[in-house]
Amino acid sequence: MNRFAELLDRIAYEPGRNNKIRLVADYLRKTEDPDRGYALAALTGALTFRNAKAGMIRALIAERVDPHLFELSYDYVGDLSETVALMWPVDESKRANRTPTVTDVVETLSTLGKAELPAQMTRWLDALDENGRWALLKLVTGSMRIGVSARLAKTAAASLGDKAPDEVEIIWPGLEPPYLELFAWLEGRGDKPLNLDPAPFRPAMLAHALEEPDLASLNAAEFTAEWKWDGIRVQAVCGNDEDGKPVTRLYSRTGEDISKSFPDLLPSLRLPAAIDGELLILREGRVQSFNVLQQRLNRKSVTPKLTSEFPIHMRAYDLLSLDGTDMRDVPFEERRARLDAFIKKLNDPRIDISSLVLFETWDQLIAARADPAQGGAGLDAEAVEGVMLKRRDSVYSPGRPKGPWWKWKRDPMIIDAVLMYAQRGHGKRSSFYSDYTFGVWNAEDALVPVGKAYFGFTDEELKEIDKFVRRNTVNKYGPVREVTHNAEVGLVLEVAFEGLQRSSRHKSGVAMRFPRISRLRWDKPPRDADRLETLEKMLARSDKVPA
Amino acid sequence: MRPEDILVPTPSGVCCKPGGFHIDPTHPVDKALITHGHADHARPGHGSVLATAETLEIMRLRYGEDFAGSSQVIKYGEVLKLGDTTVSYHPAGHVLGSAQIKVERKGLRIVASGDYKDVPDPTCLPFELVPCDVFITEATFGLPVFRHHDADGEVAKLLASVELFPERAHLVGAYSLGKAQRVMALLRAAGYDKTIYLHGAMEKITAYYQFSGIDLGNVELVKGHKKSDLAGTITICPPSAMTDVWSRRFPDPVAAFASGWMRVRARARQRGISLPLVISDHADWDGLVKTISATGCSEVWVTHGQEDALVHWAQSRGMKARPLDIVGYGDEDDSDGVAPGPAEGAEA
Ligand SMILES: [Zn+2]
Repeated sequence: MNRFAELLDRIAYEPGRNNKIRLVADYLRKTEDPDRGYALAALTGALTFRNAKAGMIRALIAERVDPHLFELSYDYVGDLSETVALMWPVDESKRANRTPTVTDVVETLSTLGKAELPAQMTRWLDALDENGRWALLKLVTGSMRIGVSARLAKTAAASLGDKAPDEVEIIWPGLEPPYLELFAWLEGRGDKPLNLDPAPFRPAMLAHALEEPDLASLNAAEFTAEWKWDGIRVQAVCGNDEDGKPVTRLYSRTGEDISKSFPDLLPSLRLPAAIDGELLILREGRVQSFNVLQQRLNRKSVTPKLTSEFPIHMRAYDLLSLDGTDMRDVPFEERRARLDAFIKKLNDPRIDISSLVLFETWDQLIAARADPAQGGAGLDAEAVEGVMLKRRDSVYSPGRPKGPWWKWKRDPMIIDAVLMYAQRGHGKRSSFYSDYTFGVWNAEDALVPVGKAYFGFTDEELKEIDKFVRRNTVNKYGPVREVTHNAEVGLVLEVAFEGLQRSSRHKSGVAMRFPRISRLRWDKPPRDADRLETLEKMLARSDKVPA
Repeated sequence: MRPEDILVPTPSGVCCKPGGFHIDPTHPVDKALITHGHADHARPGHGSVLATAETLEIMRLRYGEDFAGSSQVIKYGEVLKLGDTTVSYHPAGHVLGSAQIKVERKGLRIVASGDYKDVPDPTCLPFELVPCDVFITEATFGLPVFRHHDADGEVAKLLASVELFPERAHLVGAYSLGKAQRVMALLRAAGYDKTIYLHGAMEKITAYYQFSGIDLGNVELVKGHKKSDLAGTITICPPSAMTDVWSRRFPDPVAAFASGWMRVRARARQRGISLPLVISDHADWDGLVKTISATGCSEVWVTHGQEDALVHWAQSRGMKARPLDIVGYGDEDDSDGVAPGPAEGAEA
């Protein structure tokens, strides 16, 4: 338990993704079976057992320590599990000669009755040290917010055998903790485990970004185009299990099973196939903006009210498998025809096919992208994120191969804003002021903050902004500095963003989606930066999406 | 006789009227008895100072030759008569030269322990238990959540990280007097034999430790070394330097911090630390309560830190206990222990 605790600590503090992967991989490499398997299960959220409630933990500590000292300590630490882990009194002379392992804890909890839990917890707490107790309590209360995704943990596991993360992802649904056969394969001691799941995930094919000048080197006749919808890319799979019963699953782009969040879509996936597509919210046949979808995603529990207020829809892009036959080596044009026929046969109001953007010359496509409403997207135009170009002969190959597919996003919205506050970054950027709050002028000629951005600039530009911040600081609040920002002196930032929404949390009343610094306008005096009314006009335009 | 007839707590430190002196005064006084060299206890400008030879030398290094009107060395265990009292110094186990001060008058014994810890430290003499009637204690880590465990385990964590990330530099933030040298000595004890690099602010004190016979192995200033040469190395620096422009000379640095505060995760997160090392030069909760009990005292005065909890604990054990509310004692890990350098904005 103690080594696992140490790992949890390190990955929680370490900001870099690659460094986190190395820490997890190092743990998996040095830890024995089956401990490492259960640890991997904990990291990927694959453990299910009865959780202990905070009330029970409080009751255990109340029996052992002075209540006043507990209150002072809890007040100081701010986290129940951590407070209990640190102050749990231990009689060294009675300490067990063997500390419980991750395996002991997981296997015991899976069979333990509720009534026996407090006594068992006490025995474990007595036997562990501060870090071990902390990890135990986090595990048992199911509150392991540790800053790693399931994907990251699987990537770390894959690195043990120099495998691609997708290889692990594909066989993952067929595996169970403690993953003995997975580690045996990764360490070259066993065969690759088979995924016997009747509805497996297939690694997604992704596109490279394209800029207009790139079109010159491409032949328009070799490509088809379709709208890129602003939703969530998913894979919907239906297969039959051993007894011939249909099994349906919905996966995220990275292969996480997200079926539970969309129970209202599953009944529509009733014919055996694997479809690549986009999740959208449709109201009266109209695609809603990403903001609306976001509102559904933000809810924790999926209630009937939620599913009727935010009706889910899948717009199909591609067909990866049909009636148990792998379609991925078939050219796109043929896959698309089969997909079209399949969607017609399915004949379900929740699933349709993403229509093609018709063009013969690049100029026609340029025009359609610039004005999707006229280009065929009609009233759904505001939910168009850009266009996708796919070579007619492209096979479906996982990853991001260069050449067969291109994504060509719509131009971002752009404003000139004034830097108001800068905050120190994390990790590699901890000596730089790298997180920026910027504002625009309101009707009273005062700057109001409208957003925050912490990327988009080059390393060279970061150094320049950092220098500006240090030389123009007017106030310090911990890691935050307020910089000079008046009509004459200040730094104007060109900010690009993907969309706007109304927000009551922001003083300005608007919130930006995906803002980034696109250019430094050293040439521009702050008084010439944009005004709030510009943003309000942009907002009025995006509000025109029918509700 | 009451203890207050010997020592009176004032906002600027403890004053001994019958002896004619103050202990660790926070403002200039005629005669000061100093427990140890940390800046909040040892301030410049007193008329005369009585302290161990090491503490006086540290004050000289920090404040210059004229740090006080005059100074007098006292050895551990030596007994001096001051006015109507007798005074003796005893090892406090905190940093090199640190002492507890015992003041005795007509059979009543008060020990002002300054800062102390009751665990081994290769860079100073171990804490000596001095039986007394009134024990004046710090409470920097006076909450039952502070349990510091063994420093060796923390150093092992650091070395494991250096091994796992050989292309990165490891920066260890540590207070420049005591903690920095203890971390270096612990690294040596753990078998680390490569050069240990140092931020310039720590040069003088470290040289003094070495001069005093504490073996720290090969130590070099980091200044002038190329970025690529610093991969896989360990550098000790003041905590604030880790977020300063100074840190940009290191390849993808891992920010470690050696401090008792690192026991509480929120404190480590606040500082942006990625490798917290729970190494403290102060007694932890168990150390505080064990020490107080062992002195046999019937009364406890708490100078600074989390005094509420410790006072509550002592009272629940039937002792008289009170906080002293002295203004100006801090905890060195929250500062750097170096004289303010050039402004942060200056490009170093
Ligand atoms: Zn001190």
